[in-house]
Amino acid sequence: MSIWLARLSVNRWQRALAPEERAAADALPTALIAETAHGPRIATANDAGLMVGARPGMLLADARALCPQLAAMAADPAGDLAFLEKLALWAQRWGPWSALDPPDGLLVDVTGVCHLFGGEECLLADVVAACGRRGLTVRAALAPTAGAAWALAHFGPPAAILAPDDDPLRWLGDLPVAALRLDDDVITVLRRLGIKRLGDLAGVSGEGDDPAAQAAARDALLRRFRNRRSPAANPLIRLDQLLGRVPEPLLPVIAHPMPMVQRRLMEPIRHRDLLDRVVHDLAQDMVRALEARGEGARRLELGLWRVDGEVLLRRIELAAATREASHITRLFAARLDDVEAGFGIEAVQLRASWSEPLALSQADLDAAAEQHGTSLAACIDRLSVRLGPKAVTRPVARASHIPERAQGWQAPLDPVPPSQGQLAFHTRPLKLLERAERIAVLYASPDGYPQRFRWRGQVREVVRVEGPERLAPEWWRERSTARLRDYYRIEDDAGRRYWIYRQGIAGDGRGGVPEWFLQGLFG
Amino acid sequence: MPSHLSPARVLSRTLPESRWRPGLADQPFHSEIFASGSEASGVGLALALAQDAMTSLDAQTAESARHVLWVQDHKAMQTGGRPCLAGLPPGLRRRLIHVAAATPEDALFALEEGLKCRDVACVIGEIAGNPRALNFTASRRLSLTAESHGVRLWLVRLDATPDLSSARMRWQARAAPSPPPRWNPAAPGTATWHAELFRARRHAPGEWMLSDENGSLHTVKQPEAFVPAPTRTAPDLVHLARPTVGQSLAARARA
Repeated sequence: MSIWLARLSVNRWQRALAPEERAAADALPTALIAETAHGPRIATANDAGLMVGARPGMLLADARALCPQLAAMAADPAGDLAFLEKLALWAQRWGPWSALDPPDGLLVDVTGVCHLFGGEECLLADVVAACGRRGLTVRAALAPTAGAAWALAHFGPPAAILAPDDDPLRWLGDLPVAALRLDDDVITVLRRLGIKRLGDLAGVSGEGDDPAAQAAARDALLRRFRNRRSPAANPLIRLDQLLGRVPEPLLPVIAHPMPMVQRRLMEPIRHRDLLDRVVHDLAQDMVRALEARGEGARRLELGLWRVDGEVLLRRIELAAATREASHITRLFAARLDDVEAGFGIEAVQLRASWSEPLALSQADLDAAAEQHGTSLAACIDRLSVRLGPKAVTRPVARASHIPERAQGWQAPLDPVPPSQGQLAFHTRPLKLLERAERIAVLYASPDGYPQRFRWRGQVREVVRVEGPERLAPEWWRERSTARLRDYYRIEDDAGRRYWIYRQGIAGDGRGGVPEWFLQGLFG
Repeated sequence: MPSHLSPARVLSRTLPESRWRPGLADQPFHSEIFASGSEASGVGLALALAQDAMTSLDAQTAESARHVLWVQDHKAMQTGGRPCLAGLPPGLRRRLIHVAAATPEDALFALEEGLKCRDVACVIGEIAGNPRALNFTASRRLSLTAESHGVRLWLVRLDATPDLSSARMRWQARAAPSPPPRWNPAAPGTATWHAELFRARRHAPGEWMLSDENGSLHTVKQPEAFVPAPTRTAPDLVHLARPTVGQSLAARARA
């Protein structure tokens, strides 16, 4: 069964209005517009808008020329798609299995379920009535294949039913080729070829009176579309799908409810130890809920409903999927210190908004390993709950040769991206300063490196030098005025080893006298 | 002939046991290293000591797969900077976890949590100055946690005065002139530290010149032998490396 929500965007816009405003809004010509590179363009318009001449795809300025009082509202394609997903789940009331048909359709598999609704006609009437109660304009059709149902819903008579033993071409032959779910440019090509109806295309499908001539015509079309592999670009594939000769896989929509446990409390609680107790109970419930699904939580959200209607949210993220009630309780305990109970908390809810598969496993028979210290993931969780999510990181190499850009920080248990090996002769310091610090060169040797410089108020004598190692600016990232760097490894008279660089060279035309910076400390 | 040895000789044989050397089997669980914040010698020595401990204890436990936790407080990051991946010892690059703590209290919390973790090979801490939170009680807590969980801690104290602490070994570290490299005597060599052990439970205090060449910690024999490169006599073959402005060397050899 195919359900076409013919006016999805407009229906959603109408439903967003207050009931008493709807009549006035319907009378006023209104267009839903989308911003494009050439200005606002009409995505769709309400009935009054269509009456005065606004058409989908028209520029708003052109439509305003036709009807100056045309009102414009922003369209919401992402919201429409989200609504369609919810509707696809809701549509599983008519069949066990439903799929999205973006932008404005649904497909429901109703094989063998029509008798539950009192027959096929009653099923279609139920669909129209149920959607009408939700304020949606729909057209529904039943057919043995998804393609035929789609064609009938969009271009057939209302509430069309194609029985399995009917000849599909006799019913569908008069529909335009657009009923094949083709791209616009393919429809244009077919129109130029003189193929306007499905029957014209079916005439070359090899089932007519003169098989030889038809096979030749089909071969010609096959050659015409020989390098179109996508079904939406190849009318012959679409026709075969419509007739059920080739399978058409569809992606079903499956509801994935979030694990959620909650407690409604008989008496509002105002004390911390009671709240801790409730959170511990919830954590144990959550662990059971997760265990039943074979999952572990990565993100947990704790909602606290106060008597006065205020909702407090606490969210923790975990470094690895976990299913351990005491660990969850302990992490939340650190986040509940600043909860203002007011007149009391009357409901507590715990949701796992992000969970990952975590197989059930045998608890360690040798209990010593569990008692002896925490696991790494638990340690990271405790640290990041107290110090903040960005505090615990691990360094990873990035594709760059500018030292401060050649290293990034990521979450410690994420997989390390593959990177190129380091060149062994590129000696790098043990520590990099967060920002390179400017040094004052007091005396430069004739070779170009400083013999004596001042850094953090102390004058240092350079005894040994290696360099320069020249790093050119990354022109694909930086402005053209970025200057190159000449790096030197130096050691002063006390044996302290530093990594300094000169930014630019004299006369490179990108600034004045080059400056010196100290960037790293060698161990 | 042990029966012929005089008591003095026996004493001299036992004395090296009390004197610390790299590669000892009994490694302390809590050490402190005092160093200046304007050089990375403290962390360099801490990493070298940690690697020394891991290699000398490697036969007993599989340390090489576990992570190393490096905790820095905000001030330590400001003065000394953050670890640079490409400059770390190669064995450490894949298993370093860095913790940036805002305050010394947070850093102490992170150190203690790291010591409690069984998946951590060792913990390196860097705390700048003498914060009020790091008193004797805090250091005693760290020592007890480290000993009860068997995870080693090297705490680097940047620009700090040695105050009361329960660390089992306390070092004072500073950079020392490095030995000249073999192929370029004018370049800085491998890192060398002057390390002074000024308090230890099992070992006598002493001073060492330590170097970490080829990934193994060892003492450098004659620290006074390293004089700056310009005053050394030129090594052999240097006269061949003259600038080739006129004839090539082959042409000179033919002539």
